[in-house]
Amino acid sequence: MSGLEAFLLTVIAASTPLLLAALGELVVERAGVLNLGVEGMMATGAVIAFAVALATGSPLLGVLAGALAGAAVALPFVFLTQVLAANQVASGLALALFGLGLSGLIGEGFVGQPGVRLERLHIPGLSDIPFIGPVLFGHDVLVYLSFFMTAAVAWFLFRTRAGLILRAVGTNHTAAHALGHPVRLVRTLAILFGGVMAGLAGAYLSVSYTPQWVEDMTAGRGWIALALVVFATWRPLRVLAGAYLFGAVWILGLHAQAAGYGLPPQFLSALPYLATIAALVLISRNRTLTLTNTPAMIGQPFMPER
Amino acid sequence: MRTTLKITIAAAAIAGIATTAQAEEKLKVGFIYVGPIGDHGWSYQHDQGRLAIEKALGDKVQTSYLEKVPEGADAERALERLARSGHKLIFATSFGYMDSVIKVAKRHPDVKFEHATGYKRAKNVSTYSARFYEGRYIIGKIAAKVSKKGMAGYIASFPIPEVVRGINAFMLGAQSVNPQFKIKVVWVNSWYDPGKEADAAKVLIAQGADILTQHTDSAAPMQVAEEKGIKAFGQASDMIKFGPKAQLTAVIDDWAPYYVSRTRAVLDGTWKSEDTWGGLAAGMVKMAPYTNMPEDVKKMAQETEEAIRSGKLHPFTGPIYDQDGKLRAKKGEVLSDKVLLGMNWYVKGIDDKLPK
Repeated sequence: MSGLEAFLLTVIAASTPLLLAALGELVVERAGVLNLGVEGMMATGAVIAFAVALATGSPLLGVLAGALAGAAVALPFVFLTQVLAANQVASGLALALFGLGLSGLIGEGFVGQPGVRLERLHIPGLSDIPFIGPVLFGHDVLVYLSFFMTAAVAWFLFRTRAGLILRAVGTNHTAAHALGHPVRLVRTLAILFGGVMAGLAGAYLSVSYTPQWVEDMTAGRGWIALALVVFATWRPLRVLAGAYLFGAVWILGLHAQAAGYGLPPQFLSALPYLATIAALVLISRNRTLTLTNTPAMIGQPFMPER
Repeated sequence: MRTTLKITIAAAAIAGIATTAQAEEKLKVGFIYVGPIGDHGWSYQHDQGRLAIEKALGDKVQTSYLEKVPEGADAERALERLARSGHKLIFATSFGYMDSVIKVAKRHPDVKFEHATGYKRAKNVSTYSARFYEGRYIIGKIAAKVSKKGMAGYIASFPIPEVVRGINAFMLGAQSVNPQFKIKVVWVNSWYDPGKEADAAKVLIAQGADILTQHTDSAAPMQVAEEKGIKAFGQASDMIKFGPKAQLTAVIDDWAPYYVSRTRAVLDGTWKSEDTWGGLAAGMVKMAPYTNMPEDVKKMAQETEEAIRSGKLHPFTGPIYDQDGKLRAKKGEVLSDKVLLGMNWYVKGIDDKLPK
C-alpha cells in the first residue's frame, strides 16, 4: 500500500461522518431551523446502530436502525420547536445533552464488546486494481452514500419545487405561510431528515470507523458538523469541501508528527479548525452571495395566526 | 382528613429517620470519575475498583459515584455534595481534582479523601498512583523481540510526566533487546477519542510501524491492528476481545486491592494519610496473559515481570542518557521517584521532539 493511498483512505474515513451530519443540518437550517442537537442525535444513532448490528449480525440493519434512531430522538425537538414554538437554541442544546445521556444509558451493556464491521464493497476486478481499486471501489456503503447525498441535497434544494418551498420557508416563513405552504410540516420533515443523517453519521462511527461502542464516542464531531454548515454558507458542495479539508489537514498533522518534524501537536490539533475556517471564509467572501444563502428565518419560531 | 395527613407525615418522618439510622451503620464510600464509566478505560477501571469494595465488604459499605465530573469548580461541588451526604471516604480519581480535594477536605475534617495521581496531601487526604511504567518496560522488551521492522508506533495523549515516563520506559525496555529500536510518537491531544486514535494508528502503520502501543483509553487502535494484521498492546484494561490475534498483552490498572484495603482501614479505624505508588508488586499494575508471541518471548516477558516484581530490576536503572546525550543516571544508579514524577525529557534514541 502506497503512502498516498493510505493517506486518502484515512482522510475519507475521518471526513465521512462530518459530511453526513453536516448535510443533514444544512437542510434543517435551510428550512429556517437551528438544531444544535446534532451531537446527541449522532450518539444515539451510534449506539442503536451498534446494538442492532450486534444483535442481528447485520451491520446494514444496524445502519438503518441508527438512522431511524437519529430521527426518533429528534422528535421531542420537533414537538418543542414546531408545536410549542419554544426557543430553538435551548431545545437544541437540550437535545444534544439528552442524546448523549440516553446513548450512554442504552449502551451500558455494550461497552467492551467488539462490534460487527460494515462490509466494504468488493467488485471483482475493479477493487483489485492497485491504488484506484481501494481508493475508488473499496469503501463501505456509507461513504458512497455521503457523496450521493451531497449531490442529492444540492439537486433537491436548487433544482426541485419541494426544495424551493423548503428554502422559501427558511427565507420568510410568513410569506411562505401566506402562499399556503405548510411551514411547520416542512420544518418537521427537515428536522427528521437532519436526524436521519446525524444517525447515519453516528452509525458510521460505531459500525465502520471504529466498530465498538464507548460512551461519548462522537467526541464533538456533531459540533464540528454544525460549524461546517455555517462556514460553508449553507452550500452542499462547500460542506463537502469543508469536511474533506478538515479531515485532510487533521490526517496530515498526524503524518507530520509521525515523521518527526517536531511541530507542536497542540498546534497540529488546532490546525484543521483554523484551515477549514480560513478556507471557507475565503471562498465565501462574496458578501451578497453569502447573504442570499443565509436562511433569514434561522432560529426564529413560527406560529401561524389563528 | 387533616388527621390522616398528619399521621402520614409523621409516619414518613419516622420512616425517614429509620432509613438514616440504618444507613449510618454502613460506611458510605463515594467516587468521582472524570470520564464516563462506559469508557472501558481509566474511569471504567476505577469503577471496577468500586465494585470490588462492594463485593469484598458487602453489607458493611454503601458506595456511590458521580461520573463525567469536569476538573475545576464542578469537582469541588461534586466532592462537597458527597461529603455532605454522609460519605466518610471519598476517592477522587483524576489528577485535576487535586486543589478541589484539598479545599473540600479542609471543610470536612471528619471525611477521609483519597486522590489519584496527585501530590498534595493533608491530614485527611491521601494520594495514590500506580507504576504503570513497570508494565511499559516489559511491553517494550516484547515489542523489540516481536517487531520485524524494529519500529513501534506510540499513540500518546498529552505530554505530561506520566505519559513521557511511559514512553521512556517502553524505549528502555526495547533498547535492552535491540539498541537500534525506533519508535514513532503521535500525540492525539485527547485521552479518549476512538476515531482520532484509530486515525493515528493507521498513520503510524502507513509510516512503517508494525507494532502499536498507546497511552489513550479506547480499544480503537487495537481494532486497527487486528484489521491490518499487526501486533499491539492493550491499555488500562484487557483488550483481547478487540484484537484476538493482535494483542500481545496489556498493561492493566487494577485499583481493586488498594480500594478494598483503604476502605477496610477506615472500617478498622487504622486509616492514615499516606502516599502510595504501587506497581506490579502491590498488584496495582497487572499484565494481561501473554499471547500471540513465540514461547521464548513469553518466557522473557514473564522473567522480566518477575524480576520487577521481586525488586531485582528497576526499569530506570542507569546508565540513562537523555535525547541530547546528557547523562541522567550513572551506571547502576536508579532514578529517584522525584525525578520520575517530574519527567519531562526523552531518553536517547527517541527521534520525536517532546512538545512543551
